[in-house]
Amino acid sequence: MSLPQLQSVLLPAGAAAGAITSLSWVLIAGATLIFVGVMLLLAWALLRRSAGRPVRTRLWLLGAGVLFPLVVLTSLLVWSHTRTPGWLAQPPPGALIVGITAHMWWWEVRYSDPASGENITLANELHLPVGRPVWLGLSSPDVIHSFWVPALGGKMDMLPGRVRHLLVQADEAGIWRGQCAEYCGEQHARMALHVFAKPVSEFDTWLAAQARPAAAPASALTLRGREAFLAQRCNACHTVRGVAEESRLGPDLTHVGSRLYLGAGTLANQPGNLAHWVAHTQAVKPGARMPSSQDMDADTLNALAAYLEHLK
Amino acid sequence: MSDLNEDRDGLPSSLPRPPGELERLQRAWKAPTGWRLFSAVNNSQIGVFYLATALLFFLLAGVLGLMMRAQLAVPDNTLLSAQTYNQVFTMHGTVMMFLFAVPVVEAIAVYLLPGMLGARDLPFPRLSAYAFWAYAIGGIAFFCTIFFGVSPDGGWFMYPPLTGKEHSPGLGADFWLLGIGFIEISAIAGAIELIIGILFTRAPGMTLDKMPIYAWAMLVTAFMIVFAFPAIIAGTLLLELERAFDWPFFIAARGGDPVLWQHLFWFFGHPEVYIIFLPAAGMVSMMVPVMARTPLVGHRTIVAALVAVGFISFALWAHHMFTAGLGRYAMLFVTTASFAVAIPSAVQVFSWIATFWKGRVQMSAPTLFLLGFHFIFVLGGLTGVMVAVLPFNWQVHDTYFIVAHLHYVLIGGMVFPVFAGLYYWAPVLNGHRLSERLARWVFGLMFGGFNLTFFPMHISGLLGMPRRVYTYAGDLGWNFLNLLSSAGSLILALGVLLFCIDAARFVFKKKIEHGNPWHAPTLEWLPQADYGMRSIPQIDSREPLWDRPTLAAEVVAGRHWLPGTHSGGRETLVTSWRDAVPQHLLVVPGDSWWPLIAAAGTAGFFLLLTVSQVVVAFACGITAIVAIVVWLWQTDTPPHALTAEVADGVFLPVGARGTASHSWWAMIILLCVDATVFASLVFAHVHVSMAADVCPPAGASLPDVFWPLASGALLLAGSAAMFGAQAMLVRGRRAPVWALVLLALLCVLAAFGMDGWGHHLAGLRPTANAWSATVAAMLAWQGFHVAVLLIMGLYVCARAWSGKLRVDARASLDNTALLWHYVTVQGLAGMGIIYLMPLF
Repeated sequence: MSLPQLQSVLLPAGAAAGAITSLSWVLIAGATLIFVGVMLLLAWALLRRSAGRPVRTRLWLLGAGVLFPLVVLTSLLVWSHTRTPGWLAQPPPGALIVGITAHMWWWEVRYSDPASGENITLANELHLPVGRPVWLGLSSPDVIHSFWVPALGGKMDMLPGRVRHLLVQADEAGIWRGQCAEYCGEQHARMALHVFAKPVSEFDTWLAAQARPAAAPASALTLRGREAFLAQRCNACHTVRGVAEESRLGPDLTHVGSRLYLGAGTLANQPGNLAHWVAHTQAVKPGARMPSSQDMDADTLNALAAYLEHLK
Repeated sequence: MSDLNEDRDGLPSSLPRPPGELERLQRAWKAPTGWRLFSAVNNSQIGVFYLATALLFFLLAGVLGLMMRAQLAVPDNTLLSAQTYNQVFTMHGTVMMFLFAVPVVEAIAVYLLPGMLGARDLPFPRLSAYAFWAYAIGGIAFFCTIFFGVSPDGGWFMYPPLTGKEHSPGLGADFWLLGIGFIEISAIAGAIELIIGILFTRAPGMTLDKMPIYAWAMLVTAFMIVFAFPAIIAGTLLLELERAFDWPFFIAARGGDPVLWQHLFWFFGHPEVYIIFLPAAGMVSMMVPVMARTPLVGHRTIVAALVAVGFISFALWAHHMFTAGLGRYAMLFVTTASFAVAIPSAVQVFSWIATFWKGRVQMSAPTLFLLGFHFIFVLGGLTGVMVAVLPFNWQVHDTYFIVAHLHYVLIGGMVFPVFAGLYYWAPVLNGHRLSERLARWVFGLMFGGFNLTFFPMHISGLLGMPRRVYTYAGDLGWNFLNLLSSAGSLILALGVLLFCIDAARFVFKKKIEHGNPWHAPTLEWLPQADYGMRSIPQIDSREPLWDRPTLAAEVVAGRHWLPGTHSGGRETLVTSWRDAVPQHLLVVPGDSWWPLIAAAGTAGFFLLLTVSQVVVAFACGITAIVAIVVWLWQTDTPPHALTAEVADGVFLPVGARGTASHSWWAMIILLCVDATVFASLVFAHVHVSMAADVCPPAGASLPDVFWPLASGALLLAGSAAMFGAQAMLVRGRRAPVWALVLLALLCVLAAFGMDGWGHHLAGLRPTANAWSATVAAMLAWQGFHVAVLLIMGLYVCARAWSGKLRVDARASLDNTALLWHYVTVQGLAGMGIIYLMPLF
């Protein structure tokens, strides 16, 4: 399975991010132009024949040194200010509200079930309905992280003790990647978030599916896997709705099988990788808060992996 | 100076010079040899040690940079573990900023400025030596933590809560906080030294308007250090208190705020960038005219630009916090200020280009590096304007775009000018030039390697690569760009290596007289020896060596000021700060081991405290205090004569008292540092008070108002007693002087005791909430001052008892009194602010 891994400022997913992209191009073009101009002037100063003549100090210092940047920068200030999205204290009407909590080193994403109003907790994936504004509430319980999905726009720091907001909108369907942008410790590098923008109907279907509790085991293997999940005390940190809900220290695994990646973008969620992740967590992502379970016997491990993979 | 004109050619001193004058001068300034070289305090020796140490850290931190590039050369690399990489990038940034960039600009200034200004030495040579040794010993010990895997790994910006005890339980963060905090003190000592040197020891006639641009740049820089570094000292103090004693300044759950650290850090951190850039810009302004063989275009405008940068740079700190979600109008202000700071930089760039335009450019090694500087710095400046645009910043903040930008401004803005400076000023060191032939290779490799390393980072940043990642996935489109950067870093390193080989060849050459190889106009190119120049020239233009071709010969012949030594010791001239009119003769202290011992003790105290060797640490601390007291005891002596003849018929007083003394002004600047640290602590208190729902927060309370009132009254009484002591000394009555100092001491001790007791009765628990913690921090800061007053008060009493405190040797008392009054004001302000905040 080859996945698009787009994390570029230059490929926006919506109008708001697109405005920043076009602003970026204007800045890049303007800076290039000025840079080339100044370098040509410097080259001319060095190469010209008639050296040794007096210069017009006022033209150089006040004209080029003060007036020129003053005009350019003032225009840029005014123009960029009109291009800066306004700050909102409240979500706009009709916005979907999603809570995101950054942990060392994964993302907890919370939706509200439109049917029951209850929280649906997911991990490391943000799904958006195309064309609808999404109001993100961003916070952190441990250290400072920063939410950043370049395709959706700028980043916002996630600070302990505060809730920050960010309004995003995807105008086309697609998959994008984001990554924690504020250094947050050992595995800062492996803290990715995938964003899925999908048509509204598809999104609603998806949300309804996520709202459901975990799928019941459909085979002896997965049944054994569910027992292993409890016996190995995976539920000391992980919730699987309908099976064990006592702890939310680690990512919610109710629909872990439906996710594209494991370990916040560390491994693709392909057959075999789940077992590898469980057995060798510390080798794959050293420092992660989950211990490696190398001593688990192969049968148990396979059953556990099969069970989790089946939690679509 | 009408008396000078009686001389036929108007020179201050006439011929023939008395026999033995030069020999006496040589003897007074002779540099120690062999292992005693480490006791040297003269700027010619300390400057060289300082520069060599700073360049060593440049190489060491450069190697760390290469390790990072090796790790990032390919995706999913396992060369370095995450833990190692995080230590390496933290150390790379920390060492480059704190142990290379600031020290190297101070080192160059310590080495060059006295010569450039026409002084024989800096005014506080032992302080220079102390600052250098503290930095060298502390810095090397700090660097060695990387070999034991206990280096800090929280980034050079050390943001809590990541660097708090909970998330960084190891020693690394403590090494950073104590090690760097104390190296800052050394930078501040250097800054005070430079300010006093620049303002008070210039050659006669070198008015501020005729002072070289480099001295202006260093003056502005040194003032910026005085007001910027205290913020980080306060910040490190608070974070270390939080780590050691669980005082929750930055812990949100107990009313602290992680953003508080960001304010304190960047209030220092942004001026820091200009603290690094301005000296380099000053060097560029010295070299460009020489290489173009014409005076700088717009001298005064450049001075104004330097001063403007100094001011504006203090309004920019929050542009490192654009994504922290601060208020919109605050951000608009910061953007405007960030744009504004580009204008003085543009003024300088166009002045340099205009100077090239006007002159005939000599294409030698310094010119190459200067041109490289222009290319890189202009590009870095332009990306700087880009990142000041809010929406663009929200995207590229904390990406490789910023890594590219900061290396363009720092390497372009500082390292290339420093290399130009090394090529340019090398002859001052031992008379030889570095190889011009190799220089072309060095420049080509460094310039090409630099651009190949850092230009692609702009693109990888825009393609979404965040900073401070130890690895990255292979399918994000960053692979080729990273490989290019890594290849470029090797080429850059090769250039630096080639430079080192040439430099090694250079330092072993036999010292010869340097002459004036570039045909430069400024005084450091006069013939110099251990004593500086034979006589201190009378200056009447900005380009004295161009305008007066006979100056070198006159100076060597001893025709100018102070052609010998009057006291037989080391002396220099003190001139008025604006017009450089000779004021008095300053006898400066000679070589001594005490600064080195004091520095080793101080470094030992901080480093051993980090590893909890409390007993040895305190032994080191006491050694440091004893060494400083012994070193001070030898100073502040009565003048050897009332006046001294420093030129034909010109008699100047020897030494000065009160506000005429250079040490009085140094004390004033030190108190500015002190007050800025205190202001930072007050800022912390105000910040957490405003954030609290009620002030004081639940569980905390204000002391009964009796205690601060009584304490304040006692503080005032103590200050009054110190005024009394000063008045008594002037009247020549020795006995009451020490009695009054003791009385003042009792007052201040009692005042502090009552203040503290009031808080004790009110149930102050610093661990309970951030409000209480900031109150306790201000109290602790005041307590530290009271302890210093205790030592200084007893010291002054000892001076009085031993008869060393005299009306003509009273700097000890005057300076102690200054600190005393400051502590009074600080105590009153601290108590006042605690009572004031609940009213808001």
